[in-house]
Parts: sequence; structure tokens; C-alpha cells
Amino acid sequence: MIADAAFYVFAAILIASAAMVVSARNPVHAVLFLILAFFNAAALFLLAGAEFLAMILVIVYVGAVAVLFLFVVMMLDIDFTKAREGFQRYAPIGAAVGAVLMIELFAVLGGWKIAPGALALRFAPMDAKMHNTAQLGSLIYTDYIFLFQMAGLVLLVAMIGAIVLTLRDRSSSPLGSRHQNIAAQVARRKEDTLVMMEVPTGGRTLATLYPKVPETVGADAHHDAHHDAHSHDTHGGH
Amino acid sequence: MMSVGLDQYLTVSALLLLLGIFGIFMNRKNVIVILMSVELILLAVNLNFVAFSAALSDLAGQVFTMFVLTVAAAEAAIGLAIVVIYFRNRGSIEVEDVTMMKG
Amino acid sequence: MLFAIAVFAPLLGALIAGLLGRAIGDRAAQAATILCMVLASICGVTAFIHLIYGGESAGVVSLGRWIEAGSFHVDWALRYDALSVSMVAMVTCVATLIHIYSVGYMSHDNAIWRFFSYLSLFTFAMLMLVTADNLLQLFFGWEGVGLASYLLIGFWYTKPSACAAAMKAFIVNRIGDLGFAVGIALVFFQFGSIEFSDIFAGIAAHQGAIYHVLGTDYRAYEVIGVLLFIGAMGKSAQLGLHVWLPDAMEGPTPVSALIHAATMVTAGVFLMARMSPLMDFAPGALQMVTFVGGSTAFFAATVACTQNDIKRVIAYSTCSQLGYMFVAAGVGAYQASIFHLLTHAFFKAMLFMGAGSVIHAMSDEQDMRKMGGIWKLIPATYAIMWIGNLAIAGVPPFAGYYSKDAILEAAWASGTTVGQYGFWACLIAAFLTAFYSWRLLIMTFHGAPRADHHTMEHVHESPKVMLLPLCVLAVGAIFAGMAFHEQLLGADWKAYWGAAIQIAPTNHILQAMEDVPTLVSLAPTLVGLAGIALAYWCYMIRPEIPARFTAQFALLYRFLLNKWYFDELYGVLFVRPTMALGRLLWTTDARVIDGMPNGIAQLTTSGSGQMVKLQTGSIANYAFTMLIGLVALVGVYLFVR
Repeated sequence: MIADAAFYVFAAILIASAAMVVSARNPVHAVLFLILAFFNAAALFLLAGAEFLAMILVIVYVGAVAVLFLFVVMMLDIDFTKAREGFQRYAPIGAAVGAVLMIELFAVLGGWKIAPGALALRFAPMDAKMHNTAQLGSLIYTDYIFLFQMAGLVLLVAMIGAIVLTLRDRSSSPLGSRHQNIAAQVARRKEDTLVMMEVPTGGRTLATLYPKVPETVGADAHHDAHHDAHSHDTHGGH
Repeated sequence: MMSVGLDQYLTVSALLLLLGIFGIFMNRKNVIVILMSVELILLAVNLNFVAFSAALSDLAGQVFTMFVLTVAAAEAAIGLAIVVIYFRNRGSIEVEDVTMMKG
Repeated sequence: MLFAIAVFAPLLGALIAGLLGRAIGDRAAQAATILCMVLASICGVTAFIHLIYGGESAGVVSLGRWIEAGSFHVDWALRYDALSVSMVAMVTCVATLIHIYSVGYMSHDNAIWRFFSYLSLFTFAMLMLVTADNLLQLFFGWEGVGLASYLLIGFWYTKPSACAAAMKAFIVNRIGDLGFAVGIALVFFQFGSIEFSDIFAGIAAHQGAIYHVLGTDYRAYEVIGVLLFIGAMGKSAQLGLHVWLPDAMEGPTPVSALIHAATMVTAGVFLMARMSPLMDFAPGALQMVTFVGGSTAFFAATVACTQNDIKRVIAYSTCSQLGYMFVAAGVGAYQASIFHLLTHAFFKAMLFMGAGSVIHAMSDEQDMRKMGGIWKLIPATYAIMWIGNLAIAGVPPFAGYYSKDAILEAAWASGTTVGQYGFWACLIAAFLTAFYSWRLLIMTFHGAPRADHHTMEHVHESPKVMLLPLCVLAVGAIFAGMAFHEQLLGADWKAYWGAAIQIAPTNHILQAMEDVPTLVSLAPTLVGLAGIALAYWCYMIRPEIPARFTAQFALLYRFLLNKWYFDELYGVLFVRPTMALGRLLWTTDARVIDGMPNGIAQLTTSGSGQMVKLQTGSIANYAFTMLIGLVALVGVYLFVR
């Protein structure tokens, strides 16, 4: 009884949020409604007895895929105020096609039945004693091991593909991508970075705060600049 | 209210499918909605599989759902990467602006 | 061996000049070709002397296999007999002299090596023709001279009239060649072989063979004879297929001298003589030969009286003299026709080259109406032209007298109606020949100068390299008749000719020739002198007579001037319909046949242009299309279970 009511509640919210996904103006809202839909679908899975799948749905779909959607939506900074409403042009024929599709679906729904010998043709009959996760595990890692590995490969390829598509190689741009050059860091000498200075004790003149650095090149220009600085300093100093 | 059986699950799945399909071609907002509609369709399929798995006590449905999930995740990743790239190059992801493949 | 060298040396010269001419330069090309030609003529004359006077026997010089196809065998071989060797000697000597003459005549040209290469190529082809041991090799030479003629007539290929004339020559020859080729096929069909030895051996066997043509039965020999004669008509410019010869004067004068006087055009006569064993047993064909020959002689002589271009007069003169040769062949006196061929070669080549000398002197002026009064300025050429004209008019003791006389006597002695027709046609032609020859002489050399003052200043005698060959030919024109007529036509003609010319047992023409009335044998000379007198009177003494004549008989004059309107007739009957058909076919090809693949390509392009509109690039459209497809498929599945 409660299970039925729960089913209806979850089903209702699922369908409602799915409708909102496709019709929300703000794309962030759409993604959030998608997340809601996933949660409710997970609940429905639970009610059907597939608890492992339900959890996987939450972890993978909500935790990864929907979050990815959210990242992208926010990153792309879509201006949703400018979104055009182009419903009108396609509405009639879309509605017609949709109606036909709905009729077809419900025709199927109404007139189907399970074949008599279907139970004998089951691939992997459920075992009431083991819980769902264990049964799935025993199936996947034995009968469907190759498919499992290939699924892993598919994910690998997807990962590589996504990186390849979106990687921006900064080494060719003027800013460059900032790497650490460990060898250069380790090979740094004291002379390159350290300048030893004599600091008189107690003396806190500007001369000590702004020491005269021994110049090597460009003597004249520096000379004048320093002279000005000195004159300024002595003026403002004490 | 009828007791919840296979039919109800299938009804829900069918409605989800419809919504997803509508979402693909009835939206005029942006491409990301299309991707989300595809996720909805896949969700409907998953629901269908699980429902039958429960009805027939056959685990093969759930195994298949797992693989569908895998592929859906991979496809969402790649699809979003493409959208990102497209936006980088074109500056817009309005559905009507995405017509570079025009023959 | 010598014989083979005589035939192939010109080919070597042609190859050297043709392939290397650009690299080695004009002088070297000329030297190479003339050297090869001199070698060829020495070998040719030596071979001639060996056979006729040296006691060598006739035979065949085999050169190798050509075609082996079932029962059809053809070998490359040179026939060594009196007919071939006489022709070889004449061709090589005349060709060598013309090569030497061309050094001077073509000295201002810019493609001298090409000219000499073509001349030698032509000589080679002609030699192959006359030494062939089978009909196919003869046809090879036949086509080869046709090709060389085309190349040489159109030598100045930047002139459209030259190109048109070359094409006309080739095409008209082709029509004759068709008859010739069918004749060869028929010979093979009858005799099983096309080698002369086999044919001549089988003459007696197939006397009664019948051939069915267009619903009527004819004797096979008659059909073969007619077909071979059609080929000869094309090559030798007989009435009907003569239209190319005057236009061929577009080529340089040495070409006209060599090809259209001495050698190529005589190939038809040669063919008749070569096939004499067969032709003599085809009286119907022979009658056709006589008739056409006589008509041509008359026709060409009438036209020559009105022409104003010096080379064209001589061209029609050639046409007329060829008619003489065919009359002789037609009445069975092949020896006389070959004799006239040989003497004609000498004086006609001389006349052409002399005309070339005149043209050279008059700064390339060819219209006789613009010449005159130059006989004192170019005396050597004048003398040469006198000798040539005396020879052609049949004045004794020049060469032409003996040969023309022989032909007219033979025509009279034949006793047939068509022979009589030939006789009278040739007699009138002889009168006209003398008339127009002296008309040419007087208009060109005498009277008040009609050329402009500038041209007259430049009139100069030709260089020695051009005059020397003329002198050699003059010797031939004067003495050849006297020297050879007894050997070729006398009672003991078999000693000279051997088996080269065979006649039917009923053919006694050579004996009958001796018994004609004296008046008949004197007739050609008399009418010749009458013609000279008339020309002298009309052009020297009372020069206003020609003008009055043309004014009074304007229609006749125009008819003759326009060559009896043959070109116009052919234009209407053949040329224009063929061009129209060609244009129609070309349009069909361009629009219909080309249109099909082009149209399909166009269809594909426009179709794809339309289809491309489906690719809107909008993902929503694509998704929508997919959805519609999905719905349709599901619907089909559901309702058409």
C-alpha cells in the first residue's frame, strides 16, 4: 500500500521535473530539475528491487554527470534572458508527431503480454537468497567480464576524448603555461639571488633601506636617477 | 489506484521517453537542453529495463542497465566537451546558430 | 643486290633528312638526300643495263615475309624485269635531277630539310610501286606516293589553298583507291594469290570465270580490269577523277615536275602495263580504257587552251598526255604507252622545271598575262622551253614524235570503233597541244613586256644548279625517242621486254602499226605544225584575234576556262551533300550522343544541388527527422504485423 503510494508520488515528481527540464528558462534550473528527476528515478529503482542500480544512479548520474552539466552551464555563462521562444513554428507538426508517438506507445502498452515460454528464456534468473549487489557482482565479473572491460575502455576513450577536445595548449601562447623547471631551480646559485649587504647596527637611514646597488651597465642613466633619488631622500629623510 | 505492476512502470517510462523526445526538437534555447533530453531518454530506457528485470526476475536487465549507464556517462562527457569547444569558437550555443554543417 | 640498293637508298636519304634534318641543318640534309639519290640512280641504271644489255635474267629479289594469314601469303619482294627496271632507271634519274634542281629553287625556303625528306620519301614509294612483286606491295607504293603527294602539295601548309588542294588530291585519289582495293580483293578471290607470278601463271586457267555484279553476270577478268582501271583513273587524273591535278599546282614547282608529270601520275599507266597479261584478256575493260583515255586527252587539251596560269597549262597538258598513254594501253599497245610514259617523263619534267625557272625569274609571278618580252633576258630557259615544246608537239626527231606517232598509229590500227574514237580524239588533242604549247611560249617570252617595271628589272637567269638538270633532261628529250623506239616497239620487242608485258594471242597491234597508211603516220606531225602556225598567227602576228574570239564565243570560252564546270558539278553533287551530312552527324554527335552522358552528369549535379538543401545544419531538424523516421517505422511495425 505504502509502496504503491510512494511509487505514485515519486513517479509524479519524476514526470513533473522532467517536464520542467525541457521547459525551464534558466538553464541552471533545468539542470537542477534534472537532478531531481534522477533522484526520483533512483527511488523508483529502489521500489523495483534494484538497489545497486539506484545507488549507482545517484552516485554516477547525479554525482558526476549532472554536476558536469552544471559546471558547463555555469562556465559557458549563457545569457538566458536572450533565449528565443521558437515554439510556434514547429508546434503544430511537433504536436502531431508527438501525438502519433503517444498513440503508438499506448497501443503497445495496452496490447502486450508476456509470452508463455519467456520465463524459461531468462538469461540470469534472480536468486532470492543473495542480495542484489552480490548477484550483480557474480554476474558481471564472470559471464559479462568482457563487456565490463569494454565498458571500462569506453570510459577511457571518453576521458581521453574530452581532454583532447578541450585542452588548450598554452605553450604556444605569449603568456605561456607556467611550468616549474626543477632543474633550473635546483641549479640556482647564491650569486643569482643573494646580495650581501652591510647593515650598520642602529642606523636606519634611508640609505640603508634603499642601498646603493653596484651597477654594471647603463651607468649614466642610472647615475642620474640615483643622484635624484639621493637628493630626494636626503630631503625627505631624517 | 491499481496496484503497482509492470504496466505502471512502463507507462512512466513511456512518458519520460516522450518528454525527452519533445525536449530534443521542441527546444529553442540551447544545445545543453538537447543533451539533457538525451539523458532523460536514457533514463526512461533504464527504467524500462529495470521494470522488466523485476517482473521477469531476470538480472540481465539490470546488467544491461549498468552498461547503458556507462555509455550515457561517457556520451554526456564528450557531448559537453564538444559544446564547450563550440562555444569557445563560435560564442553562442543557441540551437538556431549551430548550423555549421549546412550543406 | 644493286636493285635493292636502288630502291632503298632514297628511303635512307628520306630518314636522314626527315629525322635528323633539324639537327644536322639544311645543307647536310640536302647533301644526304642527293647522295642517296645519286647512288640510287647509279644502281638503277646499272641494273637496267645489266638486264637489258648485260644478259642478266629477270627474276625476283626476295626481301622477307610480310603477311601469313591462312591461305593469304604476301612477301616483300622486288620484281626484276624489263618493265620494272625501265621505270626504276627513269624514276631515279629524273628524281635525282629534280633533287638537284630543288637545291636552287627552294633555296629561300625555311624548311628545306623537310622538303628533301619528302621528295626522297616519294621516290622510295614510287620505286616500291614499280618494283612490287605482288599487288599489295604495289598498293603500298600506291598509297605511299599518295601520301607523299599530299605532304608535298601542302608543303606550304600555312596557305589555306595549298591545304585544300592537298586534301582534294588525297580524297579524289582515295575514290580511285577504293576501286583498286576491291579489284585486288577480286584478284585474290579468283586466283587465290596476289603475287604476280601466281596471277600470270593462272591467267589461262580462269578465262571463263564469271562474276556476278548487281544482278548481271560478267566475266571476272572484265570486272577486275574495270576496277583496276578505276584505281588508275584516280591516280592518273583521267576524266572524272581529274579534278585534283590542276589544284595540285599549289605545291612547289619541283613537286609538280616530279610527281605530277613524270612519276606519280604515270602509276596508273604502269599498272595497266604491269597487269597486261590479265588486261589483254578483258576486251570490255580495254575499250573503257581507250574511251576514257581519248576523252581525257581531248578534254584536257581544250581546257589548256584557255588557262592563264603557266603551271596549269602544263598540268592540263600532262592530263592530256596521260590520256594518250591510256589510249595506247586500251588498244593493246602497252609497249607504246610505256614508251610514251618514258619520253613524256623527260620533256614534261623539263617543261615544268623550265616554267619554274620562269617563275623564279619573274619574282614568283605565275600569270602569263603578266609576262612577256623576256626571251632575250633568259635565253637558256627559253631554249629549254623550245626543246620541251617541240618534243611535246611531236616534231621529229624529238622524243615526243616517236611516241605520239606510235600511239596514233596503234589507235588507227586497232580497227575497233572505240579505237577510231581514240584516234580522232588524240589527233585533235595533238593539234590543240601544239597550239597551247606555243601560246604558252609566245605569251611568256615574246611581245611587249606586260609585267611591271620593277619585276622586269629583276629578271635574271636561273643559277647553274637549276639549269644543269634541265640540260640533262633536254638531252633525254631530244635523243630518247630516237634511241629507244626501235627496241621497245620494233618487231623484236620481246628481246627488250621479255615476259614483263604479255599480250593475248589475238593481239597483233604492234605489227599492224607498221602497216598503217602513210597519211596516218604523218598526221600527228602535220597537225602539230598546223597548231604551231595557228598559235604564231594568233599571238605574234595578229594578237587581237584571241580577244575577238573570246568575245564572240564567250559562252564556249567561259565553259573551257571553267574546266567544263567539273568542279562546280562535283561541288553540287558530292561535296555539298557530304558536308551537310557531316554537319548533321556532327550535330547529332555533339547534342544527342554527347548530350546523354553530359545530361546525366547535369542531372546528377542539379539533383544533388536540390538534395543538399536537406542539410540545414540545424540539429533540431535532424533530430526531428529522426523522430519522424522512428515514428513511421514503429507505426509500420505495429500495424503491418
